[in-house]
Amino acid sequence: MEQQLQEFRERIRAATASQGGLQIRGSGTKHWYGQTPQGELLDTRGYAGIVDYEPTELVITARCGTLLADIDAALAANNQMLAFEPPRFGGQATVGGMVAAGLSGPGRQFCGALRDFVLGADLLDAQGQELHFGGQVMKNVAGYDVSRLLAGSLGTLGLILQVSLKVLPQPFAVSTRVFEVDHANAIRLLNEWGGQPLPLSASTWTAGVLTIRLSGAQAAVDAAEKKLGGAELTNGADFWRDLREQEHAFFTQDGPPLWRLSVPSVAAPLALPGAQLIEWGGAQRWYRGDAEVAAIRAAAQVVGGHASLYRGGDKQVGVFAPLAPAVAKIHRRLKTSFDPSGIFNPGRMYPDL
Amino acid sequence: MNAPVAPLFSPARQREVVAALKVVVPPHCVLFDEEDTRPYECDGLAAYRQLPMVVVLPENEQQIIAILTACHALQVQIVPRGAGTGLSGGAMPIADGVVVSTAKLNRIVSVDKFSRTAVVQPGVRNLAISDAAAPHGLYYAPDPSSQIACSIGGNVAENSGGVHCLKYGLTVHNVLRVRMVTIEGDVVELGGAALDAPGLDLLAVFIGSEGMLGVVTEVTVKLIPKPQQARVIMASFDDVVKGGNAVANVIAAGIIPAGLEMMDKTSSRMVEPFVKAGYDVDAEAILLCESDGTVEEVEEEIGRMRAVLNASGATAIAVSESEAERLRFWSGRKNAFPAAGRISPDYYCMDGTIPRKKLAEVLLGIAQMEQKYGLRCANVFHAGDGNLHPLILFDANRADEFHRAELFGAEILELCVAVGGTITGEHGVGIEKINSMCVQFSEQEREAFFKVKRAFDSAFLLNPDKAIPSLHRCAEYGKMHVQRGQIKFPDLPRF
Repeated sequence: MEQQLQEFRERIRAATASQGGLQIRGSGTKHWYGQTPQGELLDTRGYAGIVDYEPTELVITARCGTLLADIDAALAANNQMLAFEPPRFGGQATVGGMVAAGLSGPGRQFCGALRDFVLGADLLDAQGQELHFGGQVMKNVAGYDVSRLLAGSLGTLGLILQVSLKVLPQPFAVSTRVFEVDHANAIRLLNEWGGQPLPLSASTWTAGVLTIRLSGAQAAVDAAEKKLGGAELTNGADFWRDLREQEHAFFTQDGPPLWRLSVPSVAAPLALPGAQLIEWGGAQRWYRGDAEVAAIRAAAQVVGGHASLYRGGDKQVGVFAPLAPAVAKIHRRLKTSFDPSGIFNPGRMYPDL
Repeated sequence: MNAPVAPLFSPARQREVVAALKVVVPPHCVLFDEEDTRPYECDGLAAYRQLPMVVVLPENEQQIIAILTACHALQVQIVPRGAGTGLSGGAMPIADGVVVSTAKLNRIVSVDKFSRTAVVQPGVRNLAISDAAAPHGLYYAPDPSSQIACSIGGNVAENSGGVHCLKYGLTVHNVLRVRMVTIEGDVVELGGAALDAPGLDLLAVFIGSEGMLGVVTEVTVKLIPKPQQARVIMASFDDVVKGGNAVANVIAAGIIPAGLEMMDKTSSRMVEPFVKAGYDVDAEAILLCESDGTVEEVEEEIGRMRAVLNASGATAIAVSESEAERLRFWSGRKNAFPAAGRISPDYYCMDGTIPRKKLAEVLLGIAQMEQKYGLRCANVFHAGDGNLHPLILFDANRADEFHRAELFGAEILELCVAVGGTITGEHGVGIEKINSMCVQFSEQEREAFFKVKRAFDSAFLLNPDKAIPSLHRCAEYGKMHVQRGQIKFPDLPRF
């Protein structure tokens, strides 16, 4: 591993010297996400392996090139899991790519996002120096929380070498229920249920069908089933895996580009022509349709959210919503101080970052 | 550092700053006479004091923008202050600086049942949010022990936790949006009404930044449904190691308790005469293990917890049968700090976090340090998340005891770092633990923190010299300090 680390350092120093960009990549399962990757490929898969896993400490530490399939196998052997349910993209997704992309799955609304589970991270900076932030403990307020800042940074601040993540036990009981309701009522129900002490762990609605997952103590799941009604979905585990992997029919069909709109959970149905799929209790709305980019962005913004061009479409329009000027100023300053030569994933998040 | 310090500013400078501030805020909001500024000389860490040149109490965001802009123009250093309950001296003033208190921004802007969020100004007290949400069956989860007095602005600055954070998270997990003003007078929205925001996660880095990146003017917090019921198990162990193993066994059994606390014998003997919680004062360790949720859920989980604790060698187990009994079981733990104040003139509370499996090693190390420094120490432990609060008992009126307590504390923190932990779990670095930062982080890592600071505060005027030590300070500390608290010339007075 030391040899691989040395190779990373040399690549970084060479890139700094030549002012050339590095395109950091694990298995490339999310190469389509963000702005188009630029620069020479830096493959992280050689730096792999679980460094430390203590089930009773609820923490796993792994190198960036570790496959999520390997993480899943280690956790499952101890009845534990990544509760934010990141997409595995066939198990090939790596730890580094998962953290850099910052994507969370169905469990996000009730358990928290990927960034909520990041406890520590090691970074190779623009000088090739190894920096350690956070740690392997749950509570840690020493220094700024740089490790959480790396979650979703798309590799623009440095090479994420190693990450410590909080893990959780798998629930004792799980049940999936389906309800036939329209768009507006699905949003209303999800928010009403969210305000009650129910063991909701995931939810989604599309095409007139609301599907929810209940997880927890057997008694809690039984009581919630009785209270909420609906019909049982017997192959629930497959359903939620397909949704997490974006292999659900909504995602796999051919058609217009896929947008992700992150909005307040209570936002009324978005008046956009095309198909929508709701997740996260109403807070994540997937949209496939031919509306104008400006109309899509406005639909999210007017309710206090933002829209990203998730997959497909013309990246020239800007994949991510533009930043407010004061926020953009802080972004530029962070980027120039962490990566003065602009070598790390140049332009992957915004063209000028 | 207790010695009174002569004012380090010129009267002319004070007049200049006061005049500039009185242009932008009503005159009654600017304090500069010593009798008015005296109450602001320290926060909850009273051993560290400094009288500020000026204190300003703005009433709205417009005034905060104007104050920061004026101070930026005059190059005056600023210390933001919430309720002043912090335990690491993060709000300790600067002699020739301005304290900006957010106490007057104390309005709950909105509580929305449907979206389960509340929008509040920074001076709103932590518990006041839960009180306002209670009619809707909701509450704000982080519950630091100072929650009756501490404000949400301060909670954001410190990333405050509480006894329930293993299950419900810290401030960073429960805040959706922060609106703040930078030293340049920019109003910045971090996060938002949705669950995420475009770009880098600046909200995550701002929370816990100890007032060094901006002054908070508004916060949106998540509210969650109040559990129907909570019950707690009190278990005794005849050995601290068995108690620690019991905690690991509970987690290994797939249970995330709502609260999981441990006290050593010194602590239980300290609190029992004070609160009469019914603690077993002969036990080497007492564990409090709480379950919350629906009635059926709690019943099931308590059964599971009881089985694990029994199998782990508990010598006695009691389960609360009523809300009154639950509160009585908790009263000892919640009163550990006042109880320490009752049996000792002063106490110094440390805040390291360690991997739980290292508990026995660390407690043994602390016991050896008690001998070395000739001071007693009581240990209370947020066992679920590894956050250890050793309370070092001392008498500030006895020559050298405070000094020994400080060295004792610093050595505990070094031990926490050495076993893979951190110097502060929830109280923050502030001024108190700034030297210990030199032990935990390398020069390059500290420089990375300064990069973050400069991205928000390029003028370096917001709460400078807190939390992140300069290269110079660490060099001085390194000179004075040799590993494991063995300092050169230990008899030489240094403060």
